[in-house]
Amino acid sequence: MPQVLTAAGLMSVDSGLSCRIRPIPHVPAASHDSESPDRRRAAWMAAAQAGDRRAYEKVLADSVALIRIAARRQGVAVDHLDDVVQETLITVHRMRHTYDPARSYDAWLSAIASRRAIDALRSRGRRDSREVHDEFALDRHPDAGDASVATEEQQRAQQLHAAIAELPPGQREAVEQLGLREHSLQEAEKLTGRKSGALKVNLHRALKSLRERFHGEP
Amino acid sequence: MSAPRPHEALIDRLGTELVPVRRLLPPWLRAAGWLLVVAAIAGVLLMHYGTSGMLRRWAGTPDLGWAGLGAAVTAITAAFVAFSLGVPGHRAAWAWLPLPGALLWVGASGLGCLRNWIAPVAPVAGSHQGPDCLVFIISFSIPLSALLIMLLRRAYPLRPVLTAMMIGLASAAASASLLEICHAYDSAATDLLAHALAVALVIAANAVMGGRLLSKA
Repeated sequence: MPQVLTAAGLMSVDSGLSCRIRPIPHVPAASHDSESPDRRRAAWMAAAQAGDRRAYEKVLADSVALIRIAARRQGVAVDHLDDVVQETLITVHRMRHTYDPARSYDAWLSAIASRRAIDALRSRGRRDSREVHDEFALDRHPDAGDASVATEEQQRAQQLHAAIAELPPGQREAVEQLGLREHSLQEAEKLTGRKSGALKVNLHRALKSLRERFHGEP
Repeated sequence: MSAPRPHEALIDRLGTELVPVRRLLPPWLRAAGWLLVVAAIAGVLLMHYGTSGMLRRWAGTPDLGWAGLGAAVTAITAAFVAFSLGVPGHRAAWAWLPLPGALLWVGASGLGCLRNWIAPVAPVAGSHQGPDCLVFIISFSIPLSALLIMLLRRAYPLRPVLTAMMIGLASAAASASLLEICHAYDSAATDLLAHALAVALVIAANAVMGGRLLSKA
């Protein structure tokens, strides 16, 4: 028995089996109207196995829609369908020798596409589990580097400065000293020469005026 | 149906890389090749041990013969299924095909145990013969499994673990069939346990290692 199972013995058995090239039956690459789409694709793939590039490109182009259907059936999102299509086309290229033209091409392709779709869903699931998703946090803390957000804030500041500049002189002074420069009432009194009561009243009127202008509140 | 634009470049590139390929042989033919090797081993064992002992044992305890037949049927069907699963588009439900053979194998062995409790005919394996059976099944299963994995290296099993389990079942069942040629004992609980343990070990080892090997293919 041992001599039967030597490495050389195994190799010869394998080569004996796999090296017997089955003659590839001549299958015309041209399609016929009477053929079903599955048989037409089977004929193209059989021709592609023999090296017919035109038939190969036809069958691959024809396969895209079938792959998308198989991937959708597995639950792949529309955004990721193209990734599955590409992966499947590459697998079809690597494994084209496993197709038997006597069998359904669509069943062969759909099985590969479903496998690739499941692999894509699994790898996406693994990636998602490593990343943190918090839509609330994303909404509340927009990207600091977002150019559109920065421009918007700049425009709002300019509008506010313009509105303050248009206020009556007493109100404008109160907002500038107490609001923008954050001085205390005593400091503002010294700097403007106005009484603290007048400053408070002016600040109150200024804020009311600004609120009306920006929010339409009375 | 035409390809959306993003895939045209890839299809064009794959087209430029196209070369003629050698198709895989049909699953039944590749299974037949592997079974031919098993038959050759059986021939060598029969030449060494002869047929008289085996036939005498079967005449006395027909359930042993049925168990051997069940193991052989399991080996044939499991090998065919392993090769079938290596081709995309073949239904995974084929994996149930070895079930009837396996039921005959296990059922007949179990019946043998039951009969031995009531009226023993042939010498019953003692506790020291059990490990011999275990070693025999495992040591024959390793090269047979390796051969199956090698014959499947060009295939594309979409369910590598299930395919590897079928490889393990085919190898273990074939080894159990070969054991019938030189098995001098009637089935006893310890013997049956040794066989079951060996088969389980072979299937589990294939599922772990063979699955990985096949999924890389």
